[in-house]
Amino acid sequence: MPISATEVAVRTEALVKTYGATRALDGVDLEIPAGKVLGLLGPNGAGKTTMVRILTTLLRPDSGRAWVAGHDVLADPNAVRKSIGLSGQYAAVDENLTGYENLYMVGRLYGMKPAAARNRAQQLIARFQLSDAADRPAKTYSGGMRRRLDLAGALVAEPTVVVLDEPTTGLDPRGRMDTWEVISELVSDGTTVLLTTQYLEEADQLAHNIMVIDKGKVIAEGSADELKAQVGGERLELVVADASELPTALRVLSDVGSGQPSADEHTRRVEVLVDAGPKALIEALRRLDAESVSVTDVGLHRPTLDDVFLSLTGHAAEETQGGAA
Amino acid sequence: MTVITKGLVDGRVVAWRNLMNVRRNPDWLFAATVQPIMFVLLFAYVFGDAIGQSMGGGTGGEVYREFLIAGIFAQTVAFNSAFTVIGFANDLQKGIIDRFRSLPMSRLAVILGRTTSDLAVSVVALVVMSLCGLIVGWRIRGSFVDAVLGYLVLLLFAFAMSWIGALIGLVARSVEVAQSAGLMWMFPVSFISSAFVPVHLLPGFLQTLAEWNPFTAVVNAAREQFGNTFGNPPTGWPAENATLYAILSCVVIIAVFAPLATARYRKVASK
Ligand SMILES: Nc1ncnc2c1ncn2[C@@H]1O[C@H](COP(=O)(O)OP(=O)(O)OP(=O)(O)O)[C@@H](O)[C@H]1O
Ligand SMILES: [Mg+2]
Repeated sequence: MPISATEVAVRTEALVKTYGATRALDGVDLEIPAGKVLGLLGPNGAGKTTMVRILTTLLRPDSGRAWVAGHDVLADPNAVRKSIGLSGQYAAVDENLTGYENLYMVGRLYGMKPAAARNRAQQLIARFQLSDAADRPAKTYSGGMRRRLDLAGALVAEPTVVVLDEPTTGLDPRGRMDTWEVISELVSDGTTVLLTTQYLEEADQLAHNIMVIDKGKVIAEGSADELKAQVGGERLELVVADASELPTALRVLSDVGSGQPSADEHTRRVEVLVDAGPKALIEALRRLDAESVSVTDVGLHRPTLDDVFLSLTGHAAEETQGGAA
Repeated sequence: MTVITKGLVDGRVVAWRNLMNVRRNPDWLFAATVQPIMFVLLFAYVFGDAIGQSMGGGTGGEVYREFLIAGIFAQTVAFNSAFTVIGFANDLQKGIIDRFRSLPMSRLAVILGRTTSDLAVSVVALVVMSLCGLIVGWRIRGSFVDAVLGYLVLLLFAFAMSWIGALIGLVARSVEVAQSAGLMWMFPVSFISSAFVPVHLLPGFLQTLAEWNPFTAVVNAAREQFGNTFGNPPTGWPAENATLYAILSCVVIIAVFAPLATARYRKVASK
């Protein structure tokens, strides 16, 4: 059912796409409220790029429906294309055109007049710190510069929906920060963003909502906090100076913690889930001190999305799946 | 903006982009002209005297060189369609086609932009080849208008071949495959024709094929319009109506391959 684009910017219903025996998408329902960021998270081969390609009209699903900015992706792809900006998983820049010319070309193809396309290209070149390289062919750009140019290409027409497939893969920490800043600015301007990533931290930082998919199926959905809450509260971790102190440490932690503590003989690390983190930490340290156990490291950890991922899929996010080409 | 205006603007932008690519990579233009120049020199000076004599009606080498040039022109523009093939295969591999397909632009414009920019390359190649022809003794012996018609037929042929190239480039699985597939079929097509020797000197079983080969028609049309005919003119409907047959063939090729290439473009990335 088509719905008003002012409330829901992107929506899919039971999307299925298969490649032979591989179910790249296996009935995915997704909804992004206008002006929000959805982080689509999943290991290699999960189906992230497949979802991106369907929403950007590059691929037709076997079944299911999708709407972007109020337009049916299958029935009215051209209207969708007018409303979106895409930066694909692999930077699609013309190597023989300069950075500036690449952006100018994209602007013209969006239907902008020459003067408007020129202005916009110049703005984006400055915005993405490419001014020094603006008049050099893109083949002389570093991987990170290409990535930035590609991202700039997605923003040329100031689209209402921006789709970014792993926008920070291959960027250095500085480049990643810059990209995050750009995405935050987009959101404050009211743009809706679909962002795929393998970096849990990235989804945590940027996304209002996170959807975890694996083997084409949605396995979890919610805000970062909601997902973390599924895994449990905070974790108290400490390292003792000598392995002989481990039994004492275990006894203390089982008193202050809310679950069974576990110990690792080799690293002399003990950890336990706790409810009221700081209080439990102080209590644990006071008692260990009283028992003359010397502690070399201590910390309180909120569960990361990595923990969420591990507990949901049984494997880490960056781990490659067998058979995923 | 109407759909058609937008399509034309898009086509022009794509053509501009392709020509910028040629300008930044002049090796391509080099490749487009060096090979035909080699052909001229080899055929004109290695086989020239022998073939010229067997053609009769002249003094050997010089006659053959004049005969040869129209064949080389046609071969040059036909081989140029390999640029269309490689251009598309490259754009597919580099993700440029995905970028285009995600933009609100005319589907046809991408291919039209490519075939027109490759036409511009053919114009350059024809200019260079004409100069080369003049150096080895080729002359335009007909009227100015006829000569213009001759060049137009050659360019129409270049355009038609480019649409075939577009389809091959969009079907090829890799740039390497495209590169050889784009050229390979051109050798039999250009050699089993009147491009290098008159049809009546070909083996009997190939003569009919060569007579009806559109390539022969283009070559014959160019020869006729440039006034480069000698001895007994070739007979049979396709030879007697070379210009008409050449134009008709090109129109049919475009009418068949433009929709095929466009349909292929539509689904190429939806694999
Ligand atoms: N053109 C294709 N032909 C065959 N199988 C494909 C094709 N494209 C994708 N697949 C398969 O579909 C599944 C989903 O692929 P997709 O590219 O969507 O994964 P992804 O989540 O983007 O992975 P990555 O993190 O590695 O980019 C994979 O098993 C992949 O092998
Ligand atoms: Mg992917």
